[in-house]
Amino acid sequence: MKNMLMACTALIFGAGTALADGHEIKLGVILGYTGPIESLTPHMAGGAELAIAEVSDSGKLLGGKTVIPVRADSTCIDSSAATAAAERLITADGIKGIMGADCSGVTGAILTNIALPNGMVMISPSATSPGLSTVEDNDLFFRTAPSDARQGAVMTEILMEQGITEVAVSYVNNDYGKGLSDSFASAFDAAGGTITINAAHEDEKADYTSEVAALAAAGGQRLLVLGYYGSGGSGIIRAAIDSGAFDTFHLPDGMIAEDIEENFGTEIEGSTGQVPGTDSPGAAKFAELAAAGNVNPISPFTAESYDAAALIMLAMQAAGSAEPGDYKDKVFEVANAPGEKIFPGELGKALDIIAEGGNVDYVGASSVELIGPGESSGNYRQIEIRNGKIETVQFR
Amino acid sequence: MDFLNAIIALSNFALLPAIAYGSQLALGALGVTMIYGILRFSNFAHGDTMAFGTMCVILITWYMQSLGIDFGPLPTALLALPFGILCCIAFLLLVDRAVYRFYRAQKANPVILMIVSMGVMFILHGLVRLILGPGDQRFDDGSRFVMTAREFKQWTGFSEGLAVKTSHGITILTAIAVVAALLWFLNKTRTGKSMRAYSDNEDLALLSGVSPDRVVAITWIIVAALATIAGTLYGLDKSYKPFTYFSLLLPIFASAIVGGLGNPLGVIAGGFVIAFSEIFVTYAWKKVLGYILPEYLKPEGLVQLLSTDYKFAVSFLILLAVLLLRPTGLFGENRS
Repeated sequence: MKNMLMACTALIFGAGTALADGHEIKLGVILGYTGPIESLTPHMAGGAELAIAEVSDSGKLLGGKTVIPVRADSTCIDSSAATAAAERLITADGIKGIMGADCSGVTGAILTNIALPNGMVMISPSATSPGLSTVEDNDLFFRTAPSDARQGAVMTEILMEQGITEVAVSYVNNDYGKGLSDSFASAFDAAGGTITINAAHEDEKADYTSEVAALAAAGGQRLLVLGYYGSGGSGIIRAAIDSGAFDTFHLPDGMIAEDIEENFGTEIEGSTGQVPGTDSPGAAKFAELAAAGNVNPISPFTAESYDAAALIMLAMQAAGSAEPGDYKDKVFEVANAPGEKIFPGELGKALDIIAEGGNVDYVGASSVELIGPGESSGNYRQIEIRNGKIETVQFR
Repeated sequence: MDFLNAIIALSNFALLPAIAYGSQLALGALGVTMIYGILRFSNFAHGDTMAFGTMCVILITWYMQSLGIDFGPLPTALLALPFGILCCIAFLLLVDRAVYRFYRAQKANPVILMIVSMGVMFILHGLVRLILGPGDQRFDDGSRFVMTAREFKQWTGFSEGLAVKTSHGITILTAIAVVAALLWFLNKTRTGKSMRAYSDNEDLALLSGVSPDRVVAITWIIVAALATIAGTLYGLDKSYKPFTYFSLLLPIFASAIVGGLGNPLGVIAGGFVIAFSEIFVTYAWKKVLGYILPEYLKPEGLVQLLSTDYKFAVSFLILLAVLLLRPTGLFGENRS
């Protein structure tokens, strides 16, 4: 009996090591599972893992390799914790690529401190700081999210079309908030608008009364809250409504969360905003996939996460190698034309086409089109709060 | 008219919030100072104790709401509060028995106890997140406002609105009642006196027959009640999120130190000093001055002494100044 057990254990063990040897590729999924955007990251990770499962199940990647996602916590705000997590994935888990990180600050930190020295490819689904466009990256860094330089311009367009020329801005004091506020300020100024106050707020404070007091003193037709919904943004909105300082807001991607309907609803009736999104057929297909996989497809950056993971694996197939040094040059090739358009759910087909030597143009869930230094050209979904619900107005 | 508008704007955006915030800080800092005075260590777990107590209140509030119990125009949470306090008391007594008692028996150094309290803090932090999750929780019901800014404008015809939140009223009234009860307890009752005796001189108190276990237990009971009340008021007034209670630790400690650790009356003043300076130093006076000053003097800029980014710096600066100039706090420490 005892020998039998030993034999069984040995067998299982043997099988395990054999698998680890050559049949599996590990991908890091580094997102802030704790911290300010912890309400978004489960969906984002779910999106990425959908793509990974799809490729693994197809059995067509590099002759039938299995891809295993390995999660690590970026915390969104703590750069040292994020770099330690990324380092562990590379040295201990032996990952071949990073889907992440999420927030701009930690993404920059991981890129500079870990990805560059180790030659690791990173595709971030959600880091949007304009600063990341010009950072030294040895062509290892891509993002399926657009730079906020574009979001600033889109925001200006939306406000101007509604005849709003005077706004107050409260931005979160980090790479994301500062980058977005700068890009918006230059676009809005150029369009002839006036920013009455452009003040920073700190994340995770419980009380924003004094911030709102300053914003109210400056006045404006609408308050722009450029922050993260889960950490400070909702507090600013709450304080502004309660004190009667503002009753309509304009919200960027970090602020659009499902909770907004439940927590504010009709109180912020008429508020507007935009979030990366597209009306391409890819979005609908992704919604079907996501519903089956228990992931919320319209949660911000979920589609981008799926696309980021998919791009890494398609590039591997195109390079015929899972080594980051080999496939980093193929990311552009699979993401952009020419080639057959690939939508979510068609990753197996894409792998076949590439294996046969064909070209693919990955469209994916978020209409991926990489430009410049490897970032999405940017499609936005314009939203408005109507009857307490987030409604899509149009796509830009 | 303009002068009244200025006063209304100032009350709406600075005075009322500062008073409510000051009351919440004072209640929180009272708990810290009780532990410092009687158990002789800085309890870093206090912020998360508040979060835990509030969590109990929230769960009970939800249960009551599901049964259809409400409190009219007042939040149901007030009905749930006594039960939440009981939960928190039970939990703190359990923690004391499992953790602190061991170190007390060893007569451990206050620094060690402080670090132990950090351990308790992390465990509480995790526990609250496990049970309730890390996100925002809303548990306020009843009417949010005694008077909204819009209603005020319509009634009075002033161009400035004054919003009076129900939570502001409740906070201020509850704080006064709790502080009065606590001071009465400490100064007038036999148990209160024995606690102060224990705090002044432990050995002498023991010789006069004060039971240390009883004093410690009563301290925890009071601290649990204070923490739960402060946490619930804060949650009702702002929003409930475990992490914000953790970051509340700095202003609470600043209030306690400014008032003089171990001195209950000073701590209340400390809470208001911190709250008022945080809000007034960073207040933008443009609107108020715009009403008061004649046309040609009206300010173009915001007339803001410090950007609101530096709000926490204000607490730190006051803390530094107090520690450098009057290390025992503005109002003196209770013990010599």
